Amino acid sequence: MAIELGHFALILAVAIAAVSAVAGLVLWRTNERITLVLRQGAVLQFILIAAAFAALVQAFVTDDFSLKLAYENSHSLQPLLFKVTSVWGNHEGSMVLWCMILVLMGALVAMFGRNLPRELMTLVLTIQSLLVAAFGGFTIFTSNPFLRLSPAPLEGQELNPILQDIGLAIHPPLLYTGYVGFSVCFSFAVAALISGRIDAAWARWVRPWTLLSWCFLTLGIAMGSYWAYYELGWGGWWFWDPVENASFMPWLAGTALLHSALVMEKRNALKIWTIFLSIITFSLSLLGTFMVRSGVLTSVHSFATDPTRGLVILALLAAFIGGAFALFAFRAAALRVGGLFAPISREGALILNNLFLATGTAAVLVGTLYPLLLEALTGKTISVGAPFFSLTFGVVMVPLLIVLPFGPFLAWKRGDLVAVTQRLAWAAGAAIFVTILIFALMGGQVSLAPFGLLLGFWVAFGAIAELVDRAGIGRMSLSTSWHRLVGLPRSAFSTAIAHFGLGMSVIGIVTASAWSLELVTTMQPDTTTSIGGYTIRFDGVDKKQVENYAAEIGNFTVSTSGAADRHLTPERRVYEASGTPTTEAAIETYGFSQLYVQLGEVGADGSRVVRAWYKPYVTLIWFGAIVMALAGFLSLTDRRLRVGVARRAAVPKPAPAE
Amino acid sequence: MRALVAALALLWLAMPAFAVNPDEMLKDPALEARARTISEGLRCLVCQNESIDDSNADLAHEIRVLVRERLTAGDTDQQVVQYLVDRYGEYVLLKPVFAWHTLVLWVAAPTILVIGGIVLFIGSRRRRSMPVVGDAPLTPDEQKALDELQS
Repeated sequence: MAIELGHFALILAVAIAAVSAVAGLVLWRTNERITLVLRQGAVLQFILIAAAFAALVQAFVTDDFSLKLAYENSHSLQPLLFKVTSVWGNHEGSMVLWCMILVLMGALVAMFGRNLPRELMTLVLTIQSLLVAAFGGFTIFTSNPFLRLSPAPLEGQELNPILQDIGLAIHPPLLYTGYVGFSVCFSFAVAALISGRIDAAWARWVRPWTLLSWCFLTLGIAMGSYWAYYELGWGGWWFWDPVENASFMPWLAGTALLHSALVMEKRNALKIWTIFLSIITFSLSLLGTFMVRSGVLTSVHSFATDPTRGLVILALLAAFIGGAFALFAFRAAALRVGGLFAPISREGALILNNLFLATGTAAVLVGTLYPLLLEALTGKTISVGAPFFSLTFGVVMVPLLIVLPFGPFLAWKRGDLVAVTQRLAWAAGAAIFVTILIFALMGGQVSLAPFGLLLGFWVAFGAIAELVDRAGIGRMSLSTSWHRLVGLPRSAFSTAIAHFGLGMSVIGIVTASAWSLELVTTMQPDTTTSIGGYTIRFDGVDKKQVENYAAEIGNFTVSTSGAADRHLTPERRVYEASGTPTTEAAIETYGFSQLYVQLGEVGADGSRVVRAWYKPYVTLIWFGAIVMALAGFLSLTDRRLRVGVARRAAVPKPAPAE
Repeated sequence: MRALVAALALLWLAMPAFAVNPDEMLKDPALEARARTISEGLRCLVCQNESIDDSNADLAHEIRVLVRERLTAGDTDQQVVQYLVDRYGEYVLLKPVFAWHTLVLWVAAPTILVIGGIVLFIGSRRRRSMPVVGDAPLTPDEQKALDELQS
């Protein structure tokens, strides 16, 4: 019964969305009351789809295998958490999650966007409703999650064991929130194109949504990367796999959008480009969500591949992306060019940022799609892997990182490069000094690693230098500069913190790639081996039966100077329902570095294959991403940004004491 | 072909992920190091964008052994790679060759960068000589709303 109610709620939500979209398109200019109707409709859509989602969760949790989706993707022996995550560990359920976040965004606009001009609000909700109608309709007609089985099977078929992980509870919701959040930017852009009105206020309303989506996408990608790192079992954290690229492209475009919207908000320039980026970012999000589902790509993420679905998806993508760009081509000329500025200025630096980020996005896009096109057109198959992306993408990122610290120092309109260089000199000096020090300590070989390290430190120290400079530390008395530091707007802190986080990630990427150690060996029980100053003793293997799998657990004791002995237990599992074997690496963190141990096959003489990696400062990669996302959230609390999100009493809170 | 890849990809999913085996490794560390470098650029044909070094699939194992056999037989690095391309096609290379059919792939991003740079350069020169273009003025209501927000 609950399932039928959920089914009905989903259909009703899509119907409301369809009516809202049509009514909004027809009446947005002429009828004032339509705004209220659309706002109520948006909230109603959210309540209904949330109810539909709850019905699915309930069926999974109570092991109701009469629901076809639960039968295919769940098992009564799975722990409760994985029963819940099974809801979106498949195509149909993940579509409902996707739609639920989409309507949540619409409802948030409707509830908290009371400051928006009426026409803009109406058009934004119209476009959101159009998206809900299209993708909700797609869910109902081609991927219905509410189908029943009769007679109901007694037992389900179990979720893919690789997905039975806490990662599935965190990664998709974060990633989807990021993807779908950009739909609001898309709707704002399309609304601006339809109404022909766009100004600095528009950018101010769009920025919080961009920021919010960007933060979630950053966390989602970082989480996905860490999940791959510990689950796939050899310590790689980025594979340039098409699916990863699909999530990375909207992030790159979204980062560009974040910076160009800043120029538009502050200086009323770059309007056409900002609109373009808003459209492209959400288009890439759609591509990211659906390219993997259309059957064009095969991967762990492409739960089910079905030709009708693929065609419908491609048609929907073509309609939305093509429609938006047609509108763009038709209307963009009507948008006027705004504020003037000299090439050497904050605006100029942000434009350069956009040039590099856009080129980086293009490099990833071409590398991802080219092999598919080539095969379709000529039948030739080629691979485009890490070496290609390191070259084309990496080369573009180097100049970006070099110029990055200059940006926040330059004044709007016209900046003084010489003065800025002087103020950044100590950051450059410190970065060079630290790099040389590390290089000497590591027993330097000639490679590109020190250069990468230098870039990372340069970006990180440059970010600190900005705060130091703005607070006047060193130029004024300590108490004055303390007051200045505390008085800085939160957005100044968030810029510096986000850039510092990027520097951290760069350092982590370089150290983990260049100085990681690997050991592949066979070990008899009670023997030891060592890697990078860590002694690993193999104590033997235990067998254990856990809820829905049988495990072999390797016991290792790791000792090193300066830390207590640690007990590591990598596992090899066989899942009961499907007979699928998986491996679980043991990862031990020392400071920012990690030791990664994996239990291998048993040999004829009773020995075990053991693989171990030492990854120096590898966690900086993800910590850096988390710092970037936190900086984004901090910026969202800046009073000047809140206007688009919520109207609150303007009580100035004391700035955080950093 | 795609169905085959899909089937093989499923097979890959069904196997625990393991890379180089100790028994594959060559005694000569210099030769082994060369084998590893070559392996990093070779795709495990049945996996997703994974190099044969990182994959545990049987085919990856076979190619790893093959690379080492050729190296032991005295082939240069280029000869080993060429041998594998002859045998498995260009698909085995993670870094595509630079040729006519991959021209667009290689030059697309640099071209965009160069064109973008030129457009920006010309734009910045022209902008200096252009009069300020205003926007549609705000309506009184909007101006009031904006003032409230900024206060």
